[in-house]
Amino acid sequence: MEFLLINHPLDCPICDQGGECELQDLSMGYGDGVSRFTEGKRVVKDKDIGPLIQTDMTRCIHCTRCVRFGQEIAGIMELGATGRGEHMEIGTYVEHSLVSELSGNIIDLCPVGALTSKPFRYKARAWELTAHPTIAPHDAVGSNIELHIRKNDVMRVVPRDNEAINEAWLSDRDRFSYLGLNSAERIAEPMIKKAGQWQTTDWQTALETAVEGVKGIVAKHGPEELGGLISPTATLEEAYLFQKWLRGLGTKNIDHRLRQQDFADSQSDFSLNDWALADIDDSDAIVLLGSNIRAEQPIIAHRIRQAALSGATVSNINFFESDLLMPVQHQLAVDAKDMAYYTLAGIAKALTQANKEDAAEWRELLGERRPSPFEQNVALQLSNARNATLFVGDLINHHPQASVFRALAKLIASLSKTTLVILPTANSNAHLKAKTLPSENGMNTMQMWQSDLCAYVLMGVDPQMDTAIPDDARRALKRASFVVAINSFHSDVINEHADVILPAACFAETSGTFIGIDQQWQRFAGGVEPRGDSRPGWKILRVLANVSQLNGFEHISSQDVVDEIESEWNMGQKPASHDFIPESFSVTSDLMLISEVPMYRTDSLLRHSNALQQTPENKANDVARMNQQEADKRGVNHQLPVIIKQGENQISLPLEIDDAIADGCIYVAAATLASVAIGRMFGQVEITQAGPSS
Amino acid sequence: MKLDQICFRTSHLEQSWTLDAYRQVGGYQVLENLLKNKMRPEEILEQVKNSALRGRGGAGFPTGLKWSFMPRRMPGEKYIVCNSDEGEPGTCKDRDILRYNPHQLIEGMIIAGYTIGAGTGYNYIRGEFYEPIERFEAALKEAREAGLLGKNILGSDFHFELHTHIGAGAYICGEETALLESLEGKKGQPRYKPPFPAGYGLYGRPTTINNTETLASIPVILQYGGDWFHEIGTQNNGGSKIFCMTGHVNKPGNYEVPLGTPFSELLELAGGVRDGNSLKAVIPGGTSTPVVPGDKMLQLDMSYDGIGKGGSMLGAGSVIIMDEKTCMVKALKRIAYFYYEESCGQCTPCREGTGWLYRVIKRIEEGQGKQEDLDRLVNVAENINGNTICALGDAAAAPVMSFIKHFRDEFQYHIDHGHCMEHTG
Repeated sequence: MEFLLINHPLDCPICDQGGECELQDLSMGYGDGVSRFTEGKRVVKDKDIGPLIQTDMTRCIHCTRCVRFGQEIAGIMELGATGRGEHMEIGTYVEHSLVSELSGNIIDLCPVGALTSKPFRYKARAWELTAHPTIAPHDAVGSNIELHIRKNDVMRVVPRDNEAINEAWLSDRDRFSYLGLNSAERIAEPMIKKAGQWQTTDWQTALETAVEGVKGIVAKHGPEELGGLISPTATLEEAYLFQKWLRGLGTKNIDHRLRQQDFADSQSDFSLNDWALADIDDSDAIVLLGSNIRAEQPIIAHRIRQAALSGATVSNINFFESDLLMPVQHQLAVDAKDMAYYTLAGIAKALTQANKEDAAEWRELLGERRPSPFEQNVALQLSNARNATLFVGDLINHHPQASVFRALAKLIASLSKTTLVILPTANSNAHLKAKTLPSENGMNTMQMWQSDLCAYVLMGVDPQMDTAIPDDARRALKRASFVVAINSFHSDVINEHADVILPAACFAETSGTFIGIDQQWQRFAGGVEPRGDSRPGWKILRVLANVSQLNGFEHISSQDVVDEIESEWNMGQKPASHDFIPESFSVTSDLMLISEVPMYRTDSLLRHSNALQQTPENKANDVARMNQQEADKRGVNHQLPVIIKQGENQISLPLEIDDAIADGCIYVAAATLASVAIGRMFGQVEITQAGPSS
Repeated sequence: MKLDQICFRTSHLEQSWTLDAYRQVGGYQVLENLLKNKMRPEEILEQVKNSALRGRGGAGFPTGLKWSFMPRRMPGEKYIVCNSDEGEPGTCKDRDILRYNPHQLIEGMIIAGYTIGAGTGYNYIRGEFYEPIERFEAALKEAREAGLLGKNILGSDFHFELHTHIGAGAYICGEETALLESLEGKKGQPRYKPPFPAGYGLYGRPTTINNTETLASIPVILQYGGDWFHEIGTQNNGGSKIFCMTGHVNKPGNYEVPLGTPFSELLELAGGVRDGNSLKAVIPGGTSTPVVPGDKMLQLDMSYDGIGKGGSMLGAGSVIIMDEKTCMVKALKRIAYFYYEESCGQCTPCREGTGWLYRVIKRIEEGQGKQEDLDRLVNVAENINGNTICALGDAAAAPVMSFIKHFRDEFQYHIDHGHCMEHTG
């Protein structure tokens, strides 16, 4: 005890760890009241390791937990101990920001105040905070978290142990998203547009204006001219009431699949029964298809890594290679036009050959393909495994030929007895339960945007950042005669084209239910009061339905909504499903723009979290990337920006040569201000070098 | 035959480090015979056990016993590692073995590899040893060319390869598990034991680590027999031992004499105390062993058990002689500084405690001592002792405790008067 305190400053009064410090607790329990050490203490220079973690290295007691975390959990050894004895220091050696998507966990691990949360610094004392359990909404894991609240403010977020879900870890995205809650961009009051000018108003007026407007359109043009789009981050209750209200008004056009472009396989059944996150640990073969898993679902990536370390083989098939921080058996960056015809069909063909079993419907399509060694290897990896899992991620799901890819993935899975996991977006499993999907003959997201409807109701949707074709969304809203937005944050397109804005409560401010990838219904209650005059989404929707004079909206708590969903679900028939079989694989693609939503731009809350926006990996998004060969072929180089053209749209971005990108592809991050002008985020483009003057 | 010189048995020859010189004293004959006769490893082990050879690196652990821990029938690679890091202050023996008789070490390592079933050996040599490294490398080259290393040694079915690894001069890398970490390319920090290296050593494989002098004694033991070797020394303290006589003696240097030789004889060999001064104190086994007052030391024999009777340890045989002019406070300050600089930083008591000890002793030496410092020093040293993963913590504590125990009056004088006693310093 005495030795630990020798070189530890007695600065507890100004230390953020004070009150929750393991060293402080031990000193209180076992230490002497007076120090016998009268010599000078050492001082260590602080290191700058990025916008999320504050260092006070003089306080470090060299337990090396952060070093072990890097080695054992994060898989990237960013921190190490340099120097010997008393001269030992923890640091990055060459100064840089931590890039691990799990780096925030070292804040919890550090027993003293050497590594603390930078955004939380000097904000509150541990004993002033009330812990409130809830669920993180940014990925399909539904990590269990605790909000630490003072008065009516979320001061920080920490993980809550749940071995079945996030174990003891938390991604940086879930940990620091709360910073967006108090953004200046939050909508504080209901607003209506009068003669082109926004006016704040009271709820009654706003609700009445909204309902009048929507009902007016329905009366004049028919309910098919009304479309409703909701963000997949919305809660189960919000999703349910959203579709119930809109269906009550007569429309069939409802969707939550905002980034999907290909809906041909809507009838296919990809649901998972009895699959839990812990099943990843038991997998001995894992194939990732079109998923940048570390950014998409950091906690799942962690579980896959642990499986890989205990012997599972991992393969990665995508449009670019990525560093998974784990041993990877086979990795292939596939040209977008080859994904179906060669790679996936090849694997399927290899499996039919190995099984001596024929998939009749597919016989003609698979034809006489001769599988490449890579395809055979992956086929062998899957068929030899005792317990194989195939993950299909966003890069596939957002692709214009998603249906073809997913159909092939399903074929591969059934031939090799592999578990197929289509990675959901945030709370989208809840949306499937709540049926925020088009009714028969209703329009899906793409059709709604492309049909220029007369009225739109948007919930939690930023038309610019959250859609597959921001250009279509902009145009449709511009032409619409009435737009209602139930949002938490201001956005340019909404402010320009909406007629009513109803301020909705955000994550942490509302109660609800989250259904993650493992189908667990996780209920949570609101921790703080909604900002300003905003209201929980489910209440807004219920009152909208009341004002619309619809029956069956007597819920007085979100629990009532859940009860209704459950009884409806239990009574309802499982929708009939039939597998989608493509007619051909033919894809003509010269240069494909491939894009993924960067880790910290997937929803409005994240986009308003300053600390996350300032991370170096987030700032590195405003470039286009392609490999050297492809750049040479098209006569472009990195010295000047390139112009990426799609129809009439074009954007200019610096080009970065990155040989991880597959041939025939150019990578641009979606959901950034620089990239949304291109239009279709996943599609054909042309590229030219910008002239020196531009 | 009475032979005192074991590790230095070529020292009477010109260019004693060459293969020719080594062959003149019967070098590599043991290896040739045992390969030719396909000697059973158990027989070799028996000889080594009979010899009562004890680890020359400092701990004095019986070598035969250590070798018997190796699971020699276990499939897969096993290793023999020679510890030539020789970092203990006052020690200079392994360096001279490498300089003047490297082939005996090579033969010893090959035999050790044969006995424990290891196919690869590493000699971890301290980075500062430029000349010894060159000599050892040259000897390895000679041995390889003579077919004594590599595949099918001397036409037998035994393969053995030996490599040099150059350390970077960290004291802690003389600790066997830190040495293994360093050999693996990591930061030299001791591992928890158990598992011991014989079960989980280099790269997780069974490994035996011996000191240079230990391994260099093996060929001679096998040449003349374990019992012969045992008889050179005393009961349970077999053979001769190199003593590094340093400090205030007239003829400092390495002296290889039978274990059990009275200290007074050894001192005489080294020419006695400088300037005819009287003997004040002796550190018998390197700075990490407790100091022994001169008068007591003169009654002791130089063997593991003999020095143990004087409350200290034979250690690596690094005998540091201090005459009456020595200021014990200053001596301890220098020793404490060494451990402060060399602590690896892994365990808290050692990382923080060594600095504390050094600073307090420095203060006393500079005349800023306080009365309570003396008891505090002892108390802090006691708190370090036994509370660390490796023995470095104990090594840092032992001198402090023994210096203050035997020479408390000098420390007291420093505190009271702010300077050394008149006749010292």
